[in-house]
Order: sequence, then C-alpha cells, then structure tokens
Amino acid sequence: MTGPRGGRGKGSGTLLQLVRKDLLVGWHGRARLVGLSTYAVTLLLVFSFALGPDTATLHDHASAYAWVALLSASTLLLAQSFLQEVEGGALEGLLLLPVSPVALFYAKALANLLLLLVLAGVLLPLGAVLFDVSPSGPPLALAGILALGCAGLVAPGTLYAALTARVASQQVLLPVLLFPLVVPPVLASVKATALLVDGDPMGQLGAWAGLLVAFDVLYWSLCGVLFGRVLEA
Amino acid sequence: MRWTLLLGILALVALTAGHGIGLFASPPDAAMGQTVRILYLHVPSAWTAMLAFTVAAVAAVGVLWSGRPGWDALLEGSVEVGVVFCGMLLVQGSIWARPTWSVWWTWDPRLTTTAVMMMAFLGILLLRRLVDEPGRRATASAVATIVSYVDVPVVYFSVEWWSAAHQGFSSARTVDEGMRLPLWVSLLGTVLLGATLVLWRTRIAAEARRREEDAPDLPPAPPPLDLEIAP
Repeated sequence: MTGPRGGRGKGSGTLLQLVRKDLLVGWHGRARLVGLSTYAVTLLLVFSFALGPDTATLHDHASAYAWVALLSASTLLLAQSFLQEVEGGALEGLLLLPVSPVALFYAKALANLLLLLVLAGVLLPLGAVLFDVSPSGPPLALAGILALGCAGLVAPGTLYAALTARVASQQVLLPVLLFPLVVPPVLASVKATALLVDGDPMGQLGAWAGLLVAFDVLYWSLCGVLFGRVLEA
Repeated sequence: MRWTLLLGILALVALTAGHGIGLFASPPDAAMGQTVRILYLHVPSAWTAMLAFTVAAVAAVGVLWSGRPGWDALLEGSVEVGVVFCGMLLVQGSIWARPTWSVWWTWDPRLTTTAVMMMAFLGILLLRRLVDEPGRRATASAVATIVSYVDVPVVYFSVEWWSAAHQGFSSARTVDEGMRLPLWVSLLGTVLLGATLVLWRTRIAAEARRREEDAPDLPPAPPPLDLEIAP
C-alpha cells in the first residue's frame, strides 16, 4: 500500500490494489463461484418445475425469476466474501493497513460487484434459453440495468456481510436484514429488465432506471460512510 | 417514572375521548360507510410507527456519535414499539380491506412497503438478540437502523410514486370537518401511548444493559470429581 503508516492510502491506486486482492481471493476460490452459478441455475429450474409447463407464464415473468435467483445467490456470495476474511484472521491484518475504511468498503463492494456480474453473465443467457426470451431492447441498456441492479444489491450486502461476519447465525441473519432493504432496487431491476425484454411502449424505462440510480447513489454513499464503524465494532 | 405515568394517563384519556367521539359522534363516510371509523385507529398507528422509527434513527446517530448506552436503550425501545405499531397497522389494514376490497391482503405498494419496513426493523431486533457483546450490539444495530430507515420515506411516498388501490396521504386536513376532532384527539392519544411505551421500554433496556455489564464473571469450573475409592 502506498499511504504513509497510520495515514490514508492514496486514492485510486490503493483501491485498485484492494480490488485486485479480493478478485485474486475470488479466483483462488473459483470452485465456490462455480457452485454459486450452479445453485442459481438450479433455482431457475425449480421455478420452472413449481409453475409447471406453462411456457407463457414462464416467459412473462422471466426477469423476475432471474433477479430472484440472482438475489438468492448474491447472499451466499456476499456472506462468503467476509467469511474468508474472518476465518483466516485477515480482517485484523486489513485493519492494520494504512488504508481508510471507506477504501476498504469500496474495494470489497467493487470486487463483489464484479463477481456478481460474472454470476449474472452465466445465469441470464441460460435463463433466456430456458424461458424462451429474446430481448427487444439494446444489449447495452440491458447490461447497464444489470450493473445498476447488481450495484443496488452489493452495497448494502457488503455492509451487512461485514456486520454479521462474526455472528454465529450469519446465514440466517444476512438475508433477514438484507432482503427488505433491497426490495426497491430489485423491484426496479425486474421492471426495467421486463421492459427491455418485452418492449417499452409507454416509455417507463427511464423512470425505473432513475429509481435504480437513486438507490445506488444512496446505498453506495451511506454504506461507505458507515463501514468504518462496523469494522471498529 | 412519574412523568411516564402521567404521559400514560394522558394517553388513555385522549384515546378514550378520541375513539368515543370517533365511534359514536363522527359521521359515517359517504362512500365507505361505517368502515371509515377504523381511520381513528389506523392513521394514528401509522404515524406512531413512523415516529418511533424516526426516534430510533436519531438514537442510532446518537449511538455512533457518542457511544452512550442511553442512546442504545432508546434505540431498542423505539424499534420495538415501532415494530408493534407497524404490526398493528398491517392487521388493522387487513381487517378494513376484507369488507372494502374483498381480500385480506393485496399487493398494493403502500401495504407491501409497510410490510417490508416492518421486516427490516424486525431483523434489527433479531440482530440484537444474536450479538452478545453490548458495545458491538449497539454499533451493529445503530448501523442497521440508519440503513433501514431509508425505507421509511419509501413507505410514506409510495402512494404518490405508484398509483394503486390505497388512498393518498391521510391526515386531519384531508378528511371531512366532522372527522377532524376525533382524528386529532386519537392521534394525540396514540402518539402519547407510543411515547409512554418507548420510555418504559427504554428504561427496561437500560437496566438490562447495566446488569449485563455489572454481572460478575461466571464462577470457575468445579474441580474434577475424585472417583478414587478409598481403601
């Protein structure tokens, strides 16, 4: 790290090094990522079985199923991201670094976002095949909504994963705390994705994307500010 | 203690007067008939729940700012009271929805966001039960309260953002003149009742934390049993 001892790390360089560290940890544990992808795809199959062979219903609600599967898998991904730090005693080591907690939060959240996007990159094409969906909107807009939606999950998820990392019942507590909080971004992501898939004759996409951006800005700034207090505790 | 008791007595007087007028003297609604009388219970419950969560958010900032145990006790008291009033709000809404909308529950934005808000704060109570160390528990629940408070304006503005079955903003200004007095009085009574409960619960939480911190260490483990049989 480039910052002076006891001071703050130097902005983007430190942040990128921390993101690289988290991505390397993710790469070394890639079997977990494969397991999470398998879990998310299995969830999509479970939705198909639960609703029966009604292809029209599956097609109509494809974006909702995809986002619910992604939300469920993201909880496991986020919980694991801090579990490794706590189990290996690496969290104490990180706290000794001359890096601000804000940089630690954004690095961890960015790494989680990238890993979740990889997961989404596996899940969504498979979902499109399973539910017979071909997007009518521009692919870049779909990628943008995907990134905004995942960012809405990851910011509060990273904060709560750190908050519950040392709690014995983390696997229960994390979704209980996180799911109510991410209802607005998930709702906006589902609606925006559905509009990009089925068409947007009423021009509603901008409003849902605006809601997503608003929640992303709110969560990324608020959680970044509060992260230091979580680490201190 | 005396002030809390006085507040409680005032709350009971206001509630009796407000609901007495609401049930027997206020006019029925032109469209909803007698079912409108739940207004005097439902709207005050909503205001009290939101106020309790607002107090919890202020207490959470106090915890992070000063770290004083008193703020943490206030946070616990106000979150619990807020969750209770939020639960009452949902039950009352369901009772009203059955004769009005012919269903116990509908996926209306106001209903859904209120249920989500209650679950968010219920999660904070769960968090408090699962973290043993008082200092960590205070910080963790303060952080979770501040983040969960984001949902409160979403609930409040949900009727404006998403047009749906639920009525718009309800207050004494939006109802018929004959309904204003009972609504104001029952609102005052319910808020005072909420304040009384928050104060009582805060005192209990503060006492519990004091005992937790003053509790002597666990007694040392007893020595292993000497099972050797004397000759």
